[in-house]
Amino acid sequence: MRRNPILREISHFLLPAIMLFALYVQFHGEYSPGGGFQAGVIFASAIILFAILHGDKKAENVLSLGLAKVLAAIGVLLYGGVGIASMLLGGNFLDYDALAEDPITGQLWGILLIEAGVGITVATVIIAIFYTFSKYKD
Amino acid sequence: MTAIAIVTMRSILSVVMLSGIYSLISATLFIILDAPDVAFTEAAVGAVISTVLFLSAFAITGKHQTLTRKNHWIAIFVVVVTGAGLLYSTTDMPPFGAPDAPVQQHVAPRYLSQAETEIGIPNVVTAVLSSYRGYDTFGEVVVVFTALIAVLLLLGRKKGSSGEGNS
Repeated sequence: MRRNPILREISHFLLPAIMLFALYVQFHGEYSPGGGFQAGVIFASAIILFAILHGDKKAENVLSLGLAKVLAAIGVLLYGGVGIASMLLGGNFLDYDALAEDPITGQLWGILLIEAGVGITVATVIIAIFYTFSKYKD
Repeated sequence: MTAIAIVTMRSILSVVMLSGIYSLISATLFIILDAPDVAFTEAAVGAVISTVLFLSAFAITGKHQTLTRKNHWIAIFVVVVTGAGLLYSTTDMPPFGAPDAPVQQHVAPRYLSQAETEIGIPNVVTAVLSSYRGYDTFGEVVVVFTALIAVLLLLGRKKGSSGEGNS
């Protein structure tokens, strides 16, 4: 899309805003609508917008396919790891009460960590699928 | 109405555009029904991501659908009967938002009254999703991850490295 200077210029303004909004949705999910899943999708859409406008090559310099695959696995492992950790600390699987002395603090930590896991996995999976699709044709 | 247009449309490109619009309309509907979390997901996934993924899938396949002009009477019959059955059964359902509906009696009151003290966060949707129903959300994440693995298995290998890897 070299011929579209207007789109490219506007995307320069939009991309930071979209990414910031994704982070807001991620970390403010306890208080307002949203959470890891939505944040991951919004973040992925920012990367995909960049890839559409500037080509996959430049986008892969930002976040490569290999890194996306590794991060996707890390997100799942983070979620599962929180579950295992709560088991090791004497609770049930994914029972966040066991994560800290105070159940409320434990819940907050648990939710923060698993939402981070969800966000990382969803964002990188969508980005990786997009890369794979667009790589296949050429 | 958008759904009818989707069914009658022949060009897949317009179908994709229309399904994006359909998702956007559904998102507005969810907002009206006071479900901003769902509306968020619908707008982002339905209207943006799936449209983009469909479009990149076209680059691989083709833009037009091959028509089969046969009328599938059995399929129409099954659809009509199922639809009529569903419509008939909705008359037995409690009115929308009724406080004595079974769905409001089971675990919902506990979630609504206890989430603030047990979990300590104001957004009940997040509390239910990530704490009370943590297993289910874990399953969802694994499903998303599995989707990536499936795509990589089908399309991920380099062309010519091991023959046809396409489906």
